[in-house]
Amino acid sequence: GKNEYDLLVIGGGSGGLACAKEAARFGRKVAVLDYVEPSPQGTKWGLGGTCVNVGCIPKKLMHQAALLGSAVKDAQHYGWNIAQPVHHTWSVMAQAVQNYVKSLNWGHRVQLQDKKVKYFNMKGRFSDPHTIHGLTKAGKETVVTAENIVIATGGRPKYPTHIAGALEYGITSDDLFWLKESPGKTLTPFVFNVSLECAGFLTGIGLDTTVMMRSIPLRGFDQQMASLVTEHMESYGTKFLKRCFPTKVEKLESNRLQVTWLNTDLGTEETDSFDTVMWAIGRDPDTETLNLETVGVKTNSETGKIIVDASEATSVPHIYAVGDITEGRPELTPTAIAAGKLLAQRLFGQSSELMDYDNVPTTVFTPLEYGCVGLSEEAAVQCYGSDNIEVYHAYYKPLEFTVAERDATQCYMKMVCLREREQRILGLHFIGPNAGEVTQGFALGIKCGATYPQLLKTIGIHPTCAEEITKLHITKRSGLDATVTGC
Amino acid sequence: AHKEDNPQKLLDMNRHTPVPHSYDYDLIVIGGGSGGLAAAKEAAKYEKKVMVLDFVTPTPLGNSWGLGGTCVNVGCIPKKLMHQGALLGQALQDSRKFGWQFTEEVKHNWMTMTESVQNYIGSLNWGYRVALREKKITFENAYGEFVGPHTIKATNKRGVEKLYTAERFLIATGERPRYLGIPGDKEYCISSDDLFSLPYCPGKTLVVGASYVALECAGFLAGLGLDVTVMVRSILLRGFDQDIANKIGEYMQEHGVSFIREFVPIKVEQIEEGTPGRLKVTAKSTKGNQIIEGEYNTVLLAIGRDACTRKIGLDKVGVKINEKTGKIPVNDEEQTNVPYIYAVGDILQDTLELTPLAIQAGRLLVQRLYAGSTSKCDYVNVPTTVFTPLEYGACGYSEEAAVEKFGEENIEVYHSHFWPLEWTVPSRDNNKCYAKIICNIQDNERVIGFHVLGPNAGEITQGFAAAIKCGLTKEQLDSTIGIHPVCAEV
Repeated sequence: GKNEYDLLVIGGGSGGLACAKEAARFGRKVAVLDYVEPSPQGTKWGLGGTCVNVGCIPKKLMHQAALLGSAVKDAQHYGWNIAQPVHHTWSVMAQAVQNYVKSLNWGHRVQLQDKKVKYFNMKGRFSDPHTIHGLTKAGKETVVTAENIVIATGGRPKYPTHIAGALEYGITSDDLFWLKESPGKTLTPFVFNVSLECAGFLTGIGLDTTVMMRSIPLRGFDQQMASLVTEHMESYGTKFLKRCFPTKVEKLESNRLQVTWLNTDLGTEETDSFDTVMWAIGRDPDTETLNLETVGVKTNSETGKIIVDASEATSVPHIYAVGDITEGRPELTPTAIAAGKLLAQRLFGQSSELMDYDNVPTTVFTPLEYGCVGLSEEAAVQCYGSDNIEVYHAYYKPLEFTVAERDATQCYMKMVCLREREQRILGLHFIGPNAGEVTQGFALGIKCGATYPQLLKTIGIHPTCAEEITKLHITKRSGLDATVTGC
Repeated sequence: AHKEDNPQKLLDMNRHTPVPHSYDYDLIVIGGGSGGLAAAKEAAKYEKKVMVLDFVTPTPLGNSWGLGGTCVNVGCIPKKLMHQGALLGQALQDSRKFGWQFTEEVKHNWMTMTESVQNYIGSLNWGYRVALREKKITFENAYGEFVGPHTIKATNKRGVEKLYTAERFLIATGERPRYLGIPGDKEYCISSDDLFSLPYCPGKTLVVGASYVALECAGFLAGLGLDVTVMVRSILLRGFDQDIANKIGEYMQEHGVSFIREFVPIKVEQIEEGTPGRLKVTAKSTKGNQIIEGEYNTVLLAIGRDACTRKIGLDKVGVKINEKTGKIPVNDEEQTNVPYIYAVGDILQDTLELTPLAIQAGRLLVQRLYAGSTSKCDYVNVPTTVFTPLEYGACGYSEEAAVEKFGEENIEVYHSHFWPLEWTVPSRDNNKCYAKIICNIQDNERVIGFHVLGPNAGEITQGFAAAIKCGLTKEQLDSTIGIHPVCAEV
């Protein structure tokens, strides 16, 4: 018989909703399934996916809260008289952030309704390539059939289940943003951008925060930039336990947590107590309960992510996947949204445009932000050889830091270019305030194949931090001092 | 940089007639501002004998400043710092919504801010003096004027005159604020030349003018808690996209700045002396005979700037200037009608008055003169930002200019209001930030104009300007992934 829907999307996050809404634009019959399995600590949330509820949005808002703490300090240098003490109340911030997120959940519900997309708050699993069994919280089952199915279930934070006490006593980013009470003295072991960003804003709002890293920070990112970012955090007040990894977590009588870890440098076991331990060791794709094996959707044996081709198609016809769940794609909201939209356009809108995953810009919202697009220096060297690339770089000082007497030691930028005549730009890296705003426009330029000479021809806007990018001229090769001096 | 040991050969290469005279200097730069200093420092790289003359004629109220020109002393730098002071005031309000707690009453101390800003500027003045010394550039704090071919007279503060000759000259004297020419203007009013070092809080201020200087100053003064009124003769931000100019005005009005439109002051009188004192301003309508009066502590004139070209002896060497505007017409190599005299910066006719442009033009000029380069300064698609409370970044055509040049049917305007994520929690305006791009349909929908109104507009616009330089099209814009969540992704 006929399938009930033209398109069924499993997962109401960035990718899923974008795809569903785009398909609805073509007059198609679309349904979205979204369900949030509560975290081990019991946290759950509404429609919108990771980004809206436990990702980008609350993260940036709490990052902003921390930045405003710095602004309060700066303001005094600029003549604002503020009586001490100044302190931060977690619950005021958390409630404001949570209220905003809830308004977004509501907004998404309304949008789906407006676009006549059917919404099911159910957990879905495949029974055949066109049939999904959905289960509500109450246990009621509904069967839905669709011509095309898009899997966009995203990922959830991993727990280091091999560490005693990790699951029972630790939280993850899924819980942090929904805490009603301050997390207090916090430890975040392992170091992906999530943990650095969280550690950053927790420090910024005045909490005693420690980051524990086994090896390198921000794996996959340019390592020189990664160390500048962590260096800044250290001078900002975040504590770092380097080359350590936790071995067990126990609960004390006071309800605090005792963490034991191995210091691989000294070969000794150390211990300390914390109020909160937040794991940020990576995310697992949410595919376990989908029943993918039944329909034969292939996943990567190591990561568990769904394997897709350039058109987001899985190994099964009419079944697609977008977003964090797909193998080899950046785990970013804008790429999921773009991929979801383009997929809908190809399925229903006679388009043939594929998603371009090259030169996707991103920003790490640590206290001193890091924006980048294109290749890291290491990747460029690996790809082209160090003789064939030129790296232009500069240490600069944002004007606003002068009067505020802020340390700009880690404010740094570099541009990795091909050395041959045209000098095409391969990668751009910027650490400083508003890094996202700075990087976005240049990402466009790189998409247009920008070359170093073209950049030099661009006149700067004065006074900004971004203008320093158009003035880059000292190469790493020259060994000259790369500090920007005056106008 | 090329080090040529045969200057004669170099001159031949540059197609200049070799001169047999021996001059005091290879190059004398008149004006130690953005353009002048950049050119001088570049020339020193090629081991040229360079002199810089810089002199600040005191303002009517007696104010003066050090080496560095407008930008450093009475322009971009102090402006952006005071703008930041105002933004931080707003940040204090926002921070409460994000959980920060401190006393309800927060007041701003003008002296604390001004002192910090002036200290920073002092360090820049000092830095320039040191840089010139290190590069062996002769610096004289003296007023330069031409007295004959290849010869200038330098007069210092004490009136001591010296004569210098040079093979080439670069005029980079910039501009100074214009006065109204009404009774009381020079005696009682201040300009941007005075504002940034004012040794007392300006208090209730009337800003006369609708230039970006007027709006930026009015904006930060209001942000610091002062009672500010802007008196505008006709339109806001002449020359800028008017749709955006109006949005800027609206925003300022909603945030505490009063506007008096279609009036001009005709008289300023002092009611009471003091720091600040009290002034009475009488103004007349531009549309009839209505007269109004108002009382203010300070009147800030920001009605435009005049080029410093009338009193530097240009007639003695035959350099033509535009008699009406005082600006100097040059060819695309910054050369005046007198072959050995060049000009850069704000004094040039038909260019944008911007520091980075002056610097670029100065540097490239010197590279052409002494290093065999042929690169010319690109005056097209120069980005700029107005640092009003709601910042405005732009590159390329305004909507009106695009319609005029290409015709309405040949352009497409894409636009969007956006709500910066950081404004959500503190419940700030949700429909004021705005972005628009203007595309040329006939040229593959090439982006010919970019406009953004919102926080950090300068940082956002810079990269887009680079992309526009690379020939950005709408399609490429669409296919570029946004960074989330930032304003620029819109």
